[in-house]
Amino acid sequence: MTMAASRSFNVLPGFGLAMGYTLVYLSIIVLIPLSAVFIYTMDLTFAEFWQVVTTPRVVASYKLSFGASLLAAAINAVFGLMLAWVLVRYSFPGKRLVDALVDLPFALPTAVAGIALTALYAKNGWLGQYIEGVFGIKVAFAPLGVLVALVFIGLPFVVRTVQPILEDMETELEEAAASLGARRWQTFRYVVLPIILPALLTGFALAFARAVGEYGSVIFIAGNIPMVSEITPLMIITKLEQYDYTGATAIAVVMLVVSFILLLIINGLQAWAGKRTGRNR
Amino acid sequence: MSAPRLFRPRQLALGLLFGLSLAAIAHGESNLLNVSYDVSRELYQEINPAFESDWKARGNPKVKVNQSHAGSSKQAQAVAAGLEGDVITMNQSPDIDFLADRGLVAGDWRDRFPHQATPYTTTSVFLVRKGNPKNIRDWDDLARDGIQVIVPNPKTSGNGRYSYLAAWGYALESSGSETAAREFVTRLLANVPVLDGGGRGATTTFTQRDVGDVLVTFENEAILIGKELGADKFDVVYPSLSIDASAPVAVVEKVVAKRGTGALAKAYLDFLYSAEGQDIIARHFFRPRDEAVLARYAGQFPTIRTFQVEETLGSWADVNKKHFADDGIYDQIVTGQ
Repeated sequence: MTMAASRSFNVLPGFGLAMGYTLVYLSIIVLIPLSAVFIYTMDLTFAEFWQVVTTPRVVASYKLSFGASLLAAAINAVFGLMLAWVLVRYSFPGKRLVDALVDLPFALPTAVAGIALTALYAKNGWLGQYIEGVFGIKVAFAPLGVLVALVFIGLPFVVRTVQPILEDMETELEEAAASLGARRWQTFRYVVLPIILPALLTGFALAFARAVGEYGSVIFIAGNIPMVSEITPLMIITKLEQYDYTGATAIAVVMLVVSFILLLIINGLQAWAGKRTGRNR
Repeated sequence: MSAPRLFRPRQLALGLLFGLSLAAIAHGESNLLNVSYDVSRELYQEINPAFESDWKARGNPKVKVNQSHAGSSKQAQAVAAGLEGDVITMNQSPDIDFLADRGLVAGDWRDRFPHQATPYTTTSVFLVRKGNPKNIRDWDDLARDGIQVIVPNPKTSGNGRYSYLAAWGYALESSGSETAAREFVTRLLANVPVLDGGGRGATTTFTQRDVGDVLVTFENEAILIGKELGADKFDVVYPSLSIDASAPVAVVEKVVAKRGTGALAKAYLDFLYSAEGQDIIARHFFRPRDEAVLARYAGQFPTIRTFQVEETLGSWADVNKKHFADDGIYDQIVTGQ
């Protein structure tokens, strides 16, 4: 009965086939490699596993990796939203160029980004000579450098997720709010934000996920001092260099689990935000 | 007239790389893969054509030597995972021991070629800014307050490992106690503001980013920096004692047995010890084993007292376990335990 019902509602046939392919594809591309990570870790007893993933140096790297990634995603959420707003709502000369520039961090090899940012922010670089020379703030070879690199690579995610929603949004809604006496902040807070919030959260989640796994660009600018500016992916690479495969996968498992939990929370928030505005995304 | 021309060796050499390697594979024993470490690229780019013509001049069929480069340990892992390298040329012996343990390389690989299977050696030296403004003369100066030292990460780089062990060996000799050596290395590492993943990264940080007062790196890299970036910018300083960093080579027995390239692989490594090979090595600022060649290049290699890891600090396996394994001395120092 249900089959018949679902069949009659589907415009395109082939649910069984499509679902089968989806599962097989997802298994080969995502699930099997991920389960290999877990299986490798099984070589360790739980006590050994716990010992590997809680050494002070590794714990310090979690704090930096997850902390800087969350902060970078938050910064990108604010400024990415602003950028998307400007690109959708205003027209100005060179708009297409700016629009194209947003995607560059996607296209650039991360090592190139890392080297460019390091050259820029080092104490003899264009920006670094002022920031470090005049204000005494060390960017390159310090944790702040990690944040700069993560903000750079995460920018396109927020802009590209929020942009289409803003384009679809009718300005009449804002006009109606204004005509009903809402102030600008109220219009933004109660009319605009609820509509774009799910997309903004998606962009935030994507930027965060990308930042947590980032290695190439960060490694050049971080300075990689133990306990201070080592990111978790570097800890994994370090273990691999020492032929310690199980240790490396143990840390990878921690990263995976923490990232997965954080993404689940963000997805939950998104569903909640969607429900509140009557949109199911 | 034009058809036979296509088959002239020179035309072939100009052909696409794909075609070339396909042709090479088709002829069986006519190509060789040298799996090597990161900064030996320039050296083997010169060694390979020299060997190819030498091999041919001795009446053998034409060969083509290909090379693959990445971090030393990464390369050893790649070979263990199935990269079909006929020979491996590394910068530290643990990477070859790793393959010997897995049965890919003969257990007695050290005895198969002269000088413990190391055709050349180098050592850890200092590179300072021109005129040596901070007056850095020896290891003690690196542990002084207010000095910034750039070294590659000992956890990920052979170069960094040698630098660390050189400092340790120096302190051990001058103080005679492990406690004092540890205290000295702790002070030195506290002066390190950046740890790059490999030797080249550290070079960039020191020379391009202008960070640090002294770079500890291999002698060949230090001389190369002077040559590439101008002798007016940096000076090389030789400490009173340093480490012998010999570069080991080995035939990957399992691969050559399968591909039938045993004789060729051996001839290739033997060529590294030949007068011609040694001369090329010296031109790339590595210290050759051949006395005559070394004498010819004496001007570029000042005398320096060095110690061997195996003789002074124990076997590589023990040294790695004691210093660089997780929670080893290096980890304890940097995490302040």
